[in-house]
Amino acid sequence: MTPEQLAKIKAEGTVVAAKPRLLNDNTMHYCPGCSHGVVHKLVAEVIDEMDAENIAIGIAPVGCAVMAYNYIDVDWIEAAHGRAPAVATAVKRLNPSRLVFTYQGDGDLAAIGTAETLHAANRGENIAIIFINNGIYGMTGGQMAPTTLEGMVTATTPYGRDVELNGYPLNITPLLAQLPGTAYVTRQSVDTAAAVRKAKKAIRKAFENSLKGLGTSVVEVVSTCSSGWKLSPAKSNEWMRENMLTLYPLGDLKDAAKDLPKNK
Amino acid sequence: MQNEEICLMKGNEAIAHAAVRYGVDGYFGYPITPQSEILETLEALMPWQTTGMVVLQAESEVAAINMVYGGASTGKAVMTSSSSPGVSLKQEGISYIAAGELPALIINCMRGGPGLGTIQPSQADYFQAVKGGGHGDYRLIVLAPASVQEMADFVGLGFDLAFKYRNPVMMLADGVVGQMMEKVVLPPARPRRTDAEIAEQCPWAVTGRRKGEAPHVMTTLELDPQKMELNNLRLQQTYRRIAENEVRFEEFMTDDAEWLVVAFGCVARICQKAIEEARANGVKVGLLRPITLWPFPEKEIARLSRQVKGILVVELNAGQMIEDVRLSLDERVPVRHFGRTGGIVMDPDEVSVALTSLINEINL
Repeated sequence: MTPEQLAKIKAEGTVVAAKPRLLNDNTMHYCPGCSHGVVHKLVAEVIDEMDAENIAIGIAPVGCAVMAYNYIDVDWIEAAHGRAPAVATAVKRLNPSRLVFTYQGDGDLAAIGTAETLHAANRGENIAIIFINNGIYGMTGGQMAPTTLEGMVTATTPYGRDVELNGYPLNITPLLAQLPGTAYVTRQSVDTAAAVRKAKKAIRKAFENSLKGLGTSVVEVVSTCSSGWKLSPAKSNEWMRENMLTLYPLGDLKDAAKDLPKNK
Repeated sequence: MQNEEICLMKGNEAIAHAAVRYGVDGYFGYPITPQSEILETLEALMPWQTTGMVVLQAESEVAAINMVYGGASTGKAVMTSSSSPGVSLKQEGISYIAAGELPALIINCMRGGPGLGTIQPSQADYFQAVKGGGHGDYRLIVLAPASVQEMADFVGLGFDLAFKYRNPVMMLADGVVGQMMEKVVLPPARPRRTDAEIAEQCPWAVTGRRKGEAPHVMTTLELDPQKMELNNLRLQQTYRRIAENEVRFEEFMTDDAEWLVVAFGCVARICQKAIEEARANGVKVGLLRPITLWPFPEKEIARLSRQVKGILVVELNAGQMIEDVRLSLDERVPVRHFGRTGGIVMDPDEVSVALTSLINEINL
């Protein structure tokens, strides 16, 4: 589309979708087909729609999203690997009026930071945790993650994940749903337009819970890693639906506000 | 508002009381002997009901130091405390706090090591505290209290220095000053800073995007080596300013001293006793007690090295501060070490024997 055509559409007032105001023009370092870009967009949209840009504090992880602060124009703290929930705990307790959220990958949240994640959730810290689960370490070049599927080939499981050697995939989200400190635990994806809309609603609810002081909210987003999986973006979505969603099925695991059973 | 108050208490308890009175915003810690009274006293004082101070028992030392990193990033006055093995766990976070140029107070009430070691007093973490401890080129301002009074006073001093230079401060105490009871004058209480005061004092703080301002980001990541070197040079500039302005020490009978003892923390008090005995026998011995272990009182040691015939460094370790004493000399006078390790505290007689041995070595 030429700038002239764009100007015409804007003048006519027929714009139906635009880049969120809080998502800046920096070129993202994410690979084509990666889910991070979509989830970043949703986070930026939700903060804007909640009119929360002056109270939002994001905690970035170590992993592919380490530079999330380069893209979403709110205040950020970049945490050490796995420590985002501990950092968020102090930020929220010392600044209770703030909307505090972490944005973490599977290695950050479910391997090196398992203790921080579990205990922050168990204390019912009023924070939202966005959990990107693509079953692989993207940033360091495709090594095994705690959530890597059985038999899945990675740089450190070149013959496939062997549970005898490497243990089982860690399905951490249902564990978090069992804790009395969590208010809302859900698993989403962003592979279709409908899924993206649902994921956005989930993020909004998690963020609102942080402000209402209902406890910890966890939004897992089952995601793709085209580079790590060595598949095209389209194939990645197919592979995710066929393989990841079997072990990590989508849906709400807990919604304390709705009083769902705790361990669905 | 509480006024100045005279009490009898343990050094660890004094730290807790001083923290509330100073107006500290948050304490995050994990139990470990011999410093658990700090967290216990704070929980008993319930300062969240009076000053609004947050007190939280974390799930680990690692979590606690990262809570400090988070709290400090928002401009709050936050602290943690631990003892040797726990402080080893905190090193990653301390490196991030130093890299982020964040003010914070970290207390190490040292016990004997290495490994799980013992719960008895030690000074074996001198290298760790003074030379870095975590990864990268960074420095902590290191304060060494020798009394319960200094345990209380250095909370305020520590935070003042931390905010003045935007640099973490470590109070390197030991099991003796943590556990012993002494008379202490607690400072008058003052309110915590308001959010508006923090915004003014800490324009860099991450507190939610301020209207009309670019976002604030606290990160220690910089992939461009040119910029990363500039970050390092800025840190080194801060360290030079600290070294120029913040050296603190105490001297005892050094005016006419022919022999010098250098000791810090509780050991300085043991040495003082030995020096009084030597003086009674006509031996002119003096004591230099570094209060800041970094920055180290190099100039004072250099000056005294031109005056004395020999130096004895006494420590509860196998010889750590002695390296900094040797590096500070202006004249090549003999420098000897006496230390006990593993949780044993020397008595004044042992120091006297070590002193006599030094004097005999030089005079014979």
